[in-house]
Amino acid sequence: MLIDFTDKGLFCARAQFYIDPWQAVDKAIITHAHSDHARGGSKYYLCHHDTKPLLQLRLGDNNYESISWNEPIYINGVKVSLHPAGHIIGSSQVRVEYRGEVWVVSGDYKTENDGISGQFEPVACHTFITESTFGLPIYHWQPQNTQFDAMRKWIQLNKEQGRTSLLLAYSLGKAQRVIKNLAGCVDHVFVHGAVFNTQQALKNAGWHFPEAEKVTDGISKELFHHNLVVAPGSAADSPWIKKMQPVSVGVCSGWMQVRGNVRRKNIDAGFALSDHADWNGLLQSVKATGASKVFVTHGFQSAFSRFLNENGIEAGEVKTAFGNEEEETLPDAVGEIDTTADNP
Amino acid sequence: MNEPLQISTTLVTPPALAPKAGMRYFTELVNILGVSTKTNDKLDALASYFALANDKDKVWVIAIFSGRRPKRAVNAAQLSQWCIEMTRLPQWLFEECYHTVGDLAETIALLLPEGNAAQQPQTLSWYIEKFIDLQKQEEALRKQFIVESWMQMDKEERFVFNKIITGGFRIGVSQKTMVNALAKTVKLSASVIAHRISGNWDPVTTSFDQLLSESSVLTDFSKPYPFYLAYALEEKPDSLGEPQQWQAEWKWDGIRGQLIKRNNELFVWSRGEELMTDKFPEYHVLKDLLPDGIVLDGEIIPSIEKKPLPFALLQTRIGRKNITKKQLQETPITFFAYDLIEYEGKDYRGLPLQSRRETLEKIVALTNYPGLIISPVIEFTEWRQLAGIRSSSRNMGAEGLMLKRKDAIYQAGRKRGDWWKWKIDPLVIDCVMIYAQKGHGRRSNLYTDYTFAVKDGDKLVSFTKAYSGLTDKEFAEVDNFVKRNSLEKFGPVRTVKPELVFEIAFEGIAASARHKSGVALRFPRINRWRKDKKPGDINTLEDLKKMLELYGK
Repeated sequence: MLIDFTDKGLFCARAQFYIDPWQAVDKAIITHAHSDHARGGSKYYLCHHDTKPLLQLRLGDNNYESISWNEPIYINGVKVSLHPAGHIIGSSQVRVEYRGEVWVVSGDYKTENDGISGQFEPVACHTFITESTFGLPIYHWQPQNTQFDAMRKWIQLNKEQGRTSLLLAYSLGKAQRVIKNLAGCVDHVFVHGAVFNTQQALKNAGWHFPEAEKVTDGISKELFHHNLVVAPGSAADSPWIKKMQPVSVGVCSGWMQVRGNVRRKNIDAGFALSDHADWNGLLQSVKATGASKVFVTHGFQSAFSRFLNENGIEAGEVKTAFGNEEEETLPDAVGEIDTTADNP
Repeated sequence: MNEPLQISTTLVTPPALAPKAGMRYFTELVNILGVSTKTNDKLDALASYFALANDKDKVWVIAIFSGRRPKRAVNAAQLSQWCIEMTRLPQWLFEECYHTVGDLAETIALLLPEGNAAQQPQTLSWYIEKFIDLQKQEEALRKQFIVESWMQMDKEERFVFNKIITGGFRIGVSQKTMVNALAKTVKLSASVIAHRISGNWDPVTTSFDQLLSESSVLTDFSKPYPFYLAYALEEKPDSLGEPQQWQAEWKWDGIRGQLIKRNNELFVWSRGEELMTDKFPEYHVLKDLLPDGIVLDGEIIPSIEKKPLPFALLQTRIGRKNITKKQLQETPITFFAYDLIEYEGKDYRGLPLQSRRETLEKIVALTNYPGLIISPVIEFTEWRQLAGIRSSSRNMGAEGLMLKRKDAIYQAGRKRGDWWKWKIDPLVIDCVMIYAQKGHGRRSNLYTDYTFAVKDGDKLVSFTKAYSGLTDKEFAEVDNFVKRNSLEKFGPVRTVKPELVFEIAFEGIAASARHKSGVALRFPRINRWRKDKKPGDINTLEDLKKMLELYGK
C-alpha cells in the first residue's frame, strides 16, 4: 500500500513521511493546526503556508517548510501536493502519487465555503482516506447564514435582557467565523486569551478580522452586558465567566444538532455550526473523488463504511488516534483544551 | 424495495390562524422549556403561553405536561417504518441513528427530508383531535395524515408532533412549575390549581374554565389531592429541634396512595396519579365499611399480619391484568394509613397533623378490617434513641423513618420544613461493568446505561443494571473507556473489558427466577466509582445470596 496504517499514524514507506502522526517522527506532513492532528516533537514539518504561523504558535519553533495548494513537491520519487479542505485556515488534503497510483488523505474537511478557510475541492484519486466525524444522516447542516441569523437573534434577545452573550467556540476555526460574522451586531467583541492569541498570530500573518479585545481584569462588568464574548469551551467551567453575569451561554458545534447534547451541557443555546462535512457532504465528497477504495477514520466509521459498501463503494474502517476537536468546545468534555495557546 | 411515497399536499388546507394559536407557538414553548436552565425562565415562558394561547390548546398543554396524552393513533414501529420509506435509508442505519439520538421522535424529525414548512400548521388541539379521530380509521389513512403533516412542518414542529404521538414528554418542566405558571395567569393559589387539575378529567370534553373552576372538584368524585412529599433529611435530626414536636413513623416501601370514598364509590389513586382501584380487590369491601366523603393517605403494601412483604411481590401484582386467587392469598395487599386529608366531605388539610391523626385513628379502629391498618407512630423521647430504632428498619420491612412536625398542615407537593424522610443507609456491593449501552434524552450518544457483574468462581455473572449516580464528568470518562475497550457489539449493546469497578447501592433484594443471578435489586444505582479496586476485588454471587438470606425474606 502507498500509505500504511501504523501505530504512529498514516505512513508512506516509500517516501518515509507520516501524515498527522500522533508520535514524534522524522518527517511529518500536517493537514491542519488542530492539536489532535498537529503534535510536537517531530524533526521536520511540511504544511500549507497559512498553517505555518499557527504551528509556530502552538508547537513553538521547529523545522517547518510550507507550500501552497496545488504546488507539488517530490520526496524520493513520490509526488506530494496539498489541496484545500475548507475546515479551518490552512487546512489541506494531502495528495500522494507514486507510479500513477493516487491516494488522498482528507484530514478534516467541510464542503460549505465559510469565506475564510478556502473552498473544499474534491481531488480525483484511487484511494481516499476520509474522516467521518458526522457520518450519520441525522447530521444535516443548514447554510451558515441561517445559523448566524439565529445567533444574531439570540444576541439581540440577550441585549434586551441586559445579559452578556457568551459563545463557546473552538479558538482556532470556529472563533474566527463567529467573530467575522457577528462583530457587526455588537459594539465590542471580547475574547478569551486562547482566542486572542490565535487572532494575534493570524493578524501578524496578514489576516484581517474585526477588532476583538482580550478579556482582562481591568474591563468593567457593565461593558460585557449587551456585548459578545467568545471563548473556548474550557472557559465555561472556570471562574472566568463570573464577572460576566448575568450571562447567556451558547455553544457553536455540530453536536448541537441533537437536543440531548444541548441539554447535557446545561447551556442556554446551541447552534449547529460545524467545521466538518455533514452526511451529504461526506457522501458527495467520496463520490466526487471517484475513488474505488475508501478508508474511513475518526467518527462514525463503522456506519459510514458499511453504508458505502452497501452502495457499491469498497470501504474499510481505520482506527486513528485523532480526537474530535468539536468535542473540545463543550464545557464538560474530558481531554485537552487548547488553553496551551495561552502560554506558547 | 419499498415504493417511495407519493406526497400530495391537497388534503389539508389550513385556515388562517391567530398569531399565538398555531402548533408553532407550542413548539416555541417546548424549545424554551427544553433548553432553559433557569426555573424562572421556564415559569415565565409557561405563564406567557397560558396568557396568550387559545383555551383549547391550554387544556391540552396541561394534560400533556401532567402525563395525560391521547390514546396512540399510530405506534412507534409504524412511525419508524414510514420514516424509513420516505428517507429510503436501510433499517440498520435508522437504528444506528436512533441509538445516537436517544429519542425516536427526534430521530425521525432529523431524518425526514425537508418539507414545505411555509404552510402554516394547525393548532395543537386540532392535531390532537385529529389523532383521536384517526384511531377509528384504517392504517392507510393514518399514514397519509402523518406523512402529509410531516411535510408541512419544520424540524422543531415535527419533533413536537412526534412527541405527542409517542408520549413521554419529558422536557424538563415539573408539574410544580406548570402549576405555578397557571397560578400567575388565573389568580388562584398554586395548591388549589394542583388539586383541580389532578385526577380524572378528559381533555377532550373539559374546557379551560371548567377545569380550573370549583365545580371540577364538586362534580368529579374521584379527584385526589396533590400528595404532600418529603425531602430527605441530610442534617442530623438534632437540627430539627425538640423531639416532642415531632412524630416518627416507619417509612414503608410500597406505593404511596390515596384511598377515596365519595358518593358511595371507592377510588384508589397512586402517587403517579394513576387510578388503580381495580388492581386491589382487597380494598373493595371498604366501600361499605368507610364513612362517605373521606380521603386517606397511606401506603399500598403487600403484607401478612401487619408485616410488609418485599416490594417485588407488589410489582408482580401490578403487572397482571387479572389477579388470580393464588395471588390474593400469597400477596394480600394492605393499606397502611397515615394521614386523613378529607373527612365528612370537608378538606382537612388545613388542620394540624395531631388532630388529623386523632380522627384517623378512630376511623381506622371503627372500620376494623385487616386490609386497612394504621401505620403506627413510633414512641421516642430523644433523637439518639430514635437513631437506634431507625437502625432496625430493615427488620421491620421499612426503609427508614418519616419525621413529621405535629402541628404541620398537609401541604401540596414537595416542600421543605415539616416532613422529612430519614432513610437508612442502602445496601452496597462492589462489582464490575460488563455491558454498556447509550443513554436517552440528555445522555444521548453517551454510554451511560451499564450492566454489572459479580464473581462466581472464575466466571462473571450479571446481576443488575444501573443508570444513575455518576457525575457528568465521570460519565464522560466511562464513555471514553467504553469506546476504547469494546470487545463485541450486539445491536446497541457493547460488551466491554471487565475492568472498571463500581459500588452499587440498593434498597432491597428479593429472589427472582427471571434473573441469571437469581436476585432482583430494588432501586439499584451507582454509589461510587471504585478506582482504588481491581476486578479481582469485587464481591461474589455468594455474597449476594447471603444478603438475600438476610434481607430478602
